[in-house]
Amino acid sequence: MENALIAPAKYFFLFIPTVVFSILIPLVGVAVFAYIMAIRLAPLVKAAPDSRADRIPQRIYNVVKIWLGQYRQPRYLLAGVVHIVIFAGFLILSIRSCSLVVMGISPSFVMPGFEGVVGHIYNFLKDYAATAVLVACAIAAFRRAVVKPERYAVPAKYGKDHTAEALFVLGLISTLMISESLFEASSVAANTQAGLHAEFLAPLSLAWVFKQGLLSVSVETLQTLHIAAYYVHDLTFFFFLCFLPLGKHFHVITALFNVFFMRIDRGNIKPVQHGVTDEQLDDLESFGIKRLEDFTWKHILDFYSCADCGRCSDNCPANAVGRPLSPRFISIKGRDLVFKNYPIYPYGSPFKKSEDLIGSIYEEDEIWSCTTCGACEQECPIGIEYIDKIVDLRRGMVDEGMVPQSLQKPLKALEKRGNPWGKMEKKRADWTKDLPEGVTVKDLAKDSAEALYFVDSITSYDDRMQEIGRATATILSRAGADVGILGKQEKDSGNEIRRFGEEMLFQTMKEMNTDAILDSGVQHIITADPHAYNALKNDYQGLPPVEHISQFISRNVKSGAIRLSGANGDGKVYTYHDPCYLGRHNDVYEDPRAALDAIDGLKRVEMERCRDRSFCCGGGGLMLFYEPEEEQRMGVLRVEMAATAGANVIVTACPFCLVNMEDAIKVAGLEGKMEAIDLSELIVQHMQ
Amino acid sequence: MADIYAYITHTAGVADDSALELVAASKKIDANAAVTAIVAGSGADVDKVADAVAASYAKVLKFNLDALAYPNAEVVRKLLVNVLPADAIVLVSNDTFGMDLGPGLSIKLDSTFVADVVGIEGVDGTVLKVIRQEYSGMVSTHVTADITNGAVINLRPGAFAPDESQSAGGSVEDRSGDAGDLTVKRIFLEVVEAEVGDVDITKSDVLVSVGRGIEDEENIEVAQELADAMGAVVSCSRPIVDAKWLEKSRQVGTSGQTVKPKVYMACGISGSFQHMGGIKGAPFIVAINKNVKAPIFQVADVGIEADILDFLPELTDAIKES
Amino acid sequence: MEILVCVKRVPDTAENEIEVNRDGSDIERDDLVYSVNEWDNYAVEEAILIRDKVGGSVTVITVGDDESEEVLRREMAMGADNGLLLCDDAFEGSDGKGVASLLKAAVDKGKYDLILTGAQADGGAAEVGGMLAAMLDYPYASLVNKIEVDGDKLKVGREIEGGNQEMNEIQLPCVLSIQTGINEPRYVGIRGIRKVASVDIPQHGAADLGVDAATLGAAGARVKRLDYFVPEMGEGAEMLEGSTEEIVAKLIELLKSKGGLK
Repeated sequence: MENALIAPAKYFFLFIPTVVFSILIPLVGVAVFAYIMAIRLAPLVKAAPDSRADRIPQRIYNVVKIWLGQYRQPRYLLAGVVHIVIFAGFLILSIRSCSLVVMGISPSFVMPGFEGVVGHIYNFLKDYAATAVLVACAIAAFRRAVVKPERYAVPAKYGKDHTAEALFVLGLISTLMISESLFEASSVAANTQAGLHAEFLAPLSLAWVFKQGLLSVSVETLQTLHIAAYYVHDLTFFFFLCFLPLGKHFHVITALFNVFFMRIDRGNIKPVQHGVTDEQLDDLESFGIKRLEDFTWKHILDFYSCADCGRCSDNCPANAVGRPLSPRFISIKGRDLVFKNYPIYPYGSPFKKSEDLIGSIYEEDEIWSCTTCGACEQECPIGIEYIDKIVDLRRGMVDEGMVPQSLQKPLKALEKRGNPWGKMEKKRADWTKDLPEGVTVKDLAKDSAEALYFVDSITSYDDRMQEIGRATATILSRAGADVGILGKQEKDSGNEIRRFGEEMLFQTMKEMNTDAILDSGVQHIITADPHAYNALKNDYQGLPPVEHISQFISRNVKSGAIRLSGANGDGKVYTYHDPCYLGRHNDVYEDPRAALDAIDGLKRVEMERCRDRSFCCGGGGLMLFYEPEEEQRMGVLRVEMAATAGANVIVTACPFCLVNMEDAIKVAGLEGKMEAIDLSELIVQHMQ
Repeated sequence: MADIYAYITHTAGVADDSALELVAASKKIDANAAVTAIVAGSGADVDKVADAVAASYAKVLKFNLDALAYPNAEVVRKLLVNVLPADAIVLVSNDTFGMDLGPGLSIKLDSTFVADVVGIEGVDGTVLKVIRQEYSGMVSTHVTADITNGAVINLRPGAFAPDESQSAGGSVEDRSGDAGDLTVKRIFLEVVEAEVGDVDITKSDVLVSVGRGIEDEENIEVAQELADAMGAVVSCSRPIVDAKWLEKSRQVGTSGQTVKPKVYMACGISGSFQHMGGIKGAPFIVAINKNVKAPIFQVADVGIEADILDFLPELTDAIKES
Repeated sequence: MEILVCVKRVPDTAENEIEVNRDGSDIERDDLVYSVNEWDNYAVEEAILIRDKVGGSVTVITVGDDESEEVLRREMAMGADNGLLLCDDAFEGSDGKGVASLLKAAVDKGKYDLILTGAQADGGAAEVGGMLAAMLDYPYASLVNKIEVDGDKLKVGREIEGGNQEMNEIQLPCVLSIQTGINEPRYVGIRGIRKVASVDIPQHGAADLGVDAATLGAAGARVKRLDYFVPEMGEGAEMLEGSTEEIVAKLIELLKSKGGLK
């Protein structure tokens, strides 16, 4: 095909054939990129092992849904759509970019498979893609520079603002779009002027607009533009490529892998070290993460992949109440440390020896502040994991004896008595003394039963929570379930013990509970405590199936075994608060709602933050004992959310949520205007 | 029976309350005993103290020396070993000085040490019968001590009502010259005073005091609201300060402040003797506690079995309405 | 600095109500759990901090039975270098002086610059430290809440009345009894304890220590406990009864009459 302009491959600039640049730039660019990537790979090699090669089909599904499908992006609508446009644009334009590089050497190169009709359709599409990307960049730049959404802000203690970096990259992307469009437009304009065949440009696309403007420009200028645009694009492209691994845009490369390797199981905690069984734990020299290389390679990949979008911190309840934790900065600080210890420049610099993480980039309180609610992981569009890192860092601190005094007492009590208050084992079943008439709960030490009601510590010992125990037992008994309890053989399920880093104490609880449960011969387990539910279901092995009381209720209401009377129109407006360990970690959202809706005429509203966006009540288990530095309580924010939704009763399905809500109602001064009730209690009130 | 001696502690020329408590205790050992007081110190202060206690003791031995300017238990121990007969029965108040002095003194005198006595039943030959407590006061014990070779008896401050009868009227003897060698391996440097907090609880007539029963730092507000309604001040027991929920200056107890209010509201406080030791002057004590068996109910005037987190707000509201 | 810390295994009184058994001979021990005496734990932590600063070693010692070993192991898991168990049937029932003389015999077999005890234990006598010092003829300071090492001397603070602190300079070797709050003891987890599960802890009996048997055991004790009892409430508090409203009303009346309301 004849062209009015000389292609870069054939052009001469001051007697130098520019094709030299076409070869040199990619060569140098790729070489530098390869060097940088090698340095970036080094810490992954040195890091702890991780087992992520299983269940490939599921992983591919995740990649298609979360990476390709950008499934989580629209949770923040505007930013999400802008990103999807840029992402889709990148994918579409990647073919064009590669072609361009080769075209600089061989001007008639066409990507295999893109000859003929396919090529024309593609060219059409890519014009709009480039245009859309530029528009999206403009919107993004406006948001960054002018709107300045809260979640992008960098608190002083974490360093300088990141806006400059963001704008710089948006500038680079825009440059790529503009230069590519100019390169094309200049050629088309020249051909059009010369009466030669010109590639059809998508109407109103960027290239088309440029072409219109360039139609009246002299052919010499067009030639200069053509060459300049090409090499600007070429340089920018390879510069950008090498720039990617230097900051938050590394995610452009690593996101695909990060999503592929992201965790599939939820609710559980990673083993202390992959490849080391529970029995071999005693032989390990060190537990947990103390230095940088103790992170697994996936954790380091997480650090690389963080796009600094702030969605995690925006949803983090600890962050919302002013605790010293911001998940985003766990990743950013981790990433910056990797960059610092494995430097790229100057060439050949030795890797630095790592020092203790706690006390250098992370603070003790920062790591203890996390309630393990999982909102951060739920939100992250790139599949970055936080809970395992926090737990591993805590394991490291526990190993070194760095446990806050406020937690030492309950941990010691758990060790000695199997519950964090240190109350006597023989009193664990005392709550059954006040059961309503006709409600029986067997003692599995003496009897056998079909099902086990795993009560767990707070429901067994706390005066208020014992009400939940009695209500749950009532529901089970009246529904005709053959159920028993372990009584003094039951130990704390250990959900928080594990999440607070005391792995061996957790293993002890797990062993004792597992033995007791298996000895009892029960066929299935029911619990009203989501923390116990989570531990038994996800962290224990070899147990009969476990379900939460809300699932039991929902199933038996459907079958008719439980019949509920209607609400008595008392002006109460109910809202259901999704407990983190029932909802987000275990996907049980509908059963509790179905149970509530089975009460005819019960007026129920949803809070804005519900289901997997539910806001943590403040935490359970050992978190009740920790004394955090915070500006206010999470529970207070949550009851205010309930009030905003128009409710005057909060229904919870977790004893810790109930404790925190009742407390918060008092602290927030909402007594008389708001009350909290457990699902089991409410159901019993309406049971016929 | 061997002679009974009482070591008198004093501050700025005034004998501590324990001086008269020791008189009461001595009478429980031997109602007719002629008890000798030991007053050690330096300067005009020691003269004042010696003269003041003379009314209550059969004899007062005074030691006025520079080495005794500050009550250094190491020095005093040497002094007592030098001047006391080996089979002496020595009464010491179990305050921080007495805890420092007593045990070692008994070894040097080769006599029996009886710690933290809260009651004396009497002497049977050479066996002294006393009452002690164990497990932070949760249980009491009857204890016998063989006092054939003498004894050092540390008595719990406040366990014996001070004997103010002044029925002895003894003479004061200056025995400074007999002190002997007082070189020791521990030197007193200085007393670092506790920081003065924002509130001086010793100045308030009414105190609303919180203990472990308050459960959480945020709940202290509940006590503050009651205090505001009553025109009182919030104070606390040691665990609250250890947990850093209130400043040290708010602590009532032997290692905290000594208070003499008219009314003392003990909220969620178990009533350990270290805490009660900080309360003087027999105020009207109201005890509110979930645990009916808490020792506080033995010393309070009025008791209420309730959870303070529920009861205090109700009380506050009722006071505001009345 | 070679530091010896005397520790004791005592019942955990955290949430547990200590009760007298039926015949008053002892407390009800059936459901008790035991751990290291809280004051002793602060002492061990302090010893470890000093050793980490100036070098040397920390030895923990206890007079007890086989079960007392678990307490030594826990303190070694915390960071103490060595453990010593003084164990013999002849030691049972010893009074404070008996225990102190056993400890003195053990001290004589070693060479220690600093000996620490907790300020008190479950018996509340707070006597062993002071007795041990006098037996050894070492200077003593009780209720210590601060220690600074200054060559062959220590600057120590004692907790005295009113929350004040008495600063002293004391020569080494010496004995100190440690008050709670002097530091924040580090956490010892199950893992730490398992790591020291098979470390050797030497035991010394009566023969090894060569203490005069006449001073030991129940027979040698000059102070003997006859029984445990719970004193009758006697006068005690007048308990207010009735509904919460009634109690509140009565209380307000009483407070008004006693000058409690302004």
